[in-house]
Amino acid sequence: MSNAPAVVAALQPIRRIRIPLLELARTHRRVTVSAVLVALLFLVALAAPVIAPHDPLATSPDNSYLPPLSPGHLLGSDELGRDLLSRILWGARVSLPVAFVAVAVGLVGGGIVGMLSGYAGGIADLLLMRLIDALLAFPGLILAIAIVAALGPGLRNAMIAIGVVAIPGYARLVRALVLQLKQMEFVTATRSLGATPMRLILGHLIPNLLNPIIVQISLSAGFAILAEATLSFLGLGAQVPTPDWGQMINTGSGFLDNDPWLAIVPGAAISLTVYAFNLLGDSLRDALDPRLRS
Amino acid sequence: MTTYILRRLVLMVPVAFLVTVGVFMLIHLSPGDPALIILGEDRSPQAIAQVHRELGLDKPLYVQYVIWLGRTVHGDLGRSITTNQPVSIAIGERLPATIELGMVALLWSLIVAIPLGTIAAVRRGSLADQVATGITVAGVSIPNFFIGIVLIFVLSVTLRIFPFGGYVPFAQDPFENIRHVILPAIALGTAGAAINMRFTRSSMIEVLNHDYIRTARAKGASWRRVVFVHALKNALIPVVTIVGLQIGGIIEGAVVTETVFTWPGVGRLAVESIFDRDYTVVQGIVLLAAFSYMAANLLVDIVYAWLDPRISYA
Repeated sequence: MSNAPAVVAALQPIRRIRIPLLELARTHRRVTVSAVLVALLFLVALAAPVIAPHDPLATSPDNSYLPPLSPGHLLGSDELGRDLLSRILWGARVSLPVAFVAVAVGLVGGGIVGMLSGYAGGIADLLLMRLIDALLAFPGLILAIAIVAALGPGLRNAMIAIGVVAIPGYARLVRALVLQLKQMEFVTATRSLGATPMRLILGHLIPNLLNPIIVQISLSAGFAILAEATLSFLGLGAQVPTPDWGQMINTGSGFLDNDPWLAIVPGAAISLTVYAFNLLGDSLRDALDPRLRS
Repeated sequence: MTTYILRRLVLMVPVAFLVTVGVFMLIHLSPGDPALIILGEDRSPQAIAQVHRELGLDKPLYVQYVIWLGRTVHGDLGRSITTNQPVSIAIGERLPATIELGMVALLWSLIVAIPLGTIAAVRRGSLADQVATGITVAGVSIPNFFIGIVLIFVLSVTLRIFPFGGYVPFAQDPFENIRHVILPAIALGTAGAAINMRFTRSSMIEVLNHDYIRTARAKGASWRRVVFVHALKNALIPVVTIVGLQIGGIIEGAVVTETVFTWPGVGRLAVESIFDRDYTVVQGIVLLAAFSYMAANLLVDIVYAWLDPRISYA
């Protein structure tokens, strides 16, 4: 018990590293702007059934190829007369959940591998890291395409593929951080107080990994949306008639002569969404990096 | 240096083994029986068994792997399930077009990235820097197929300056070859340009803070000379790393760009093969992509160690 004040003292600097996100948003304008953009995108996805003016799948041959700003069709309509704005709004309900699932697969898979590797060390570390190196030996998109080619085209398989591609990034990051944290006094102190490995990991290591992980989540969400759009553009992700942005660009690219907005509008939606996530990740990294803060 | 290279090569062996296992398993994870794709309508049990014997699919998995690996290291990647053409020849025929596209894309990315990255670093915090940083994030956020489509719409469909797709071999008509490669190269190289610009900027900022730069200025060298002669050379060392990896990842970017511009390269072959369920070709291309990426990684490490004497060979 006499060690308790020393342990508390050892914990203090670590606790100070963590910065509340709300405080960050107040002090860093780029974080605020990008966080608001991302929040708006999530709102759009949630509210799409309410705010979309039409059913995204309802065809109306009489209203096909309407240009933007047509009455009742703000962004125009596609070759089957489906309202483009409604399809774009509903498209957010495809892209964002894909990003969410892919990031979750990457985070859980990579987090467990990285934690085991960094915490256990030795032969487990050696074997797990060779596995991660093998995954890293494939260019990301090629690995995703190979997995989708093996499992078959479709949104579910695309999510799994993108998640697997994200695993090495999280594994490497978590391992590096755990190796760093293991050397710190508060870990030694917690161990010497009799904490079990599980308690040490859940109660002390994971909370100290959160800042860099948040940055990685934001950046990998941007990658996941881009990868999903790419797979769907190639016909390997979402299938017709799902209102998916990548798949909409694929279809729209056949009408560039007279109706370029059919490809340009969903392209702008993807770009804006990925930009928002990348900007958030980028600005969070700048704000959370202690070297830059000082 | 030789020890360093040997050590890196030894470390690559287990990774290469796992990569080959992964690529080999691709065909076994795939739904359906490859024999059914080959046979088409004639699906009698005898015919299926015959194809299984010919492909070695009747043997245990590890035996199949050893046979496949033995053939692969001798350059035999099998035959296309749909065309019966040797996979290595199918890839070899398409590879020059992909390499040409990749190299022009890389050239475009460097032409854009190095001057803009340098300007952003020299005028750190200025409007030019903020614009350059904004372009960097935008460059990696816009999908390259969308950049391609916008380029086709503006420069091909509307202004009719460039063709909207296709390929003309250089030997056949050099001028037409260049006209055809420009748009896909810009589409493919823009994300790389953004990344290279970011690396150039951050590396240049770091180098400009070094003492030898201050010394060069104190000795009376002009700012232009200090930046372009003294600083840029050292600032480009980290850029070499990322450019090397981009060379290794050419096939990755080419998959989409070649599809948009109907460019007859390896990337488009990969997509066509997936839809034809031609797994042997997909397997060959994935293997090529992985090994070229690994080779690029190795080369980058070696070149980096050679360029920067501070890196330990131990």
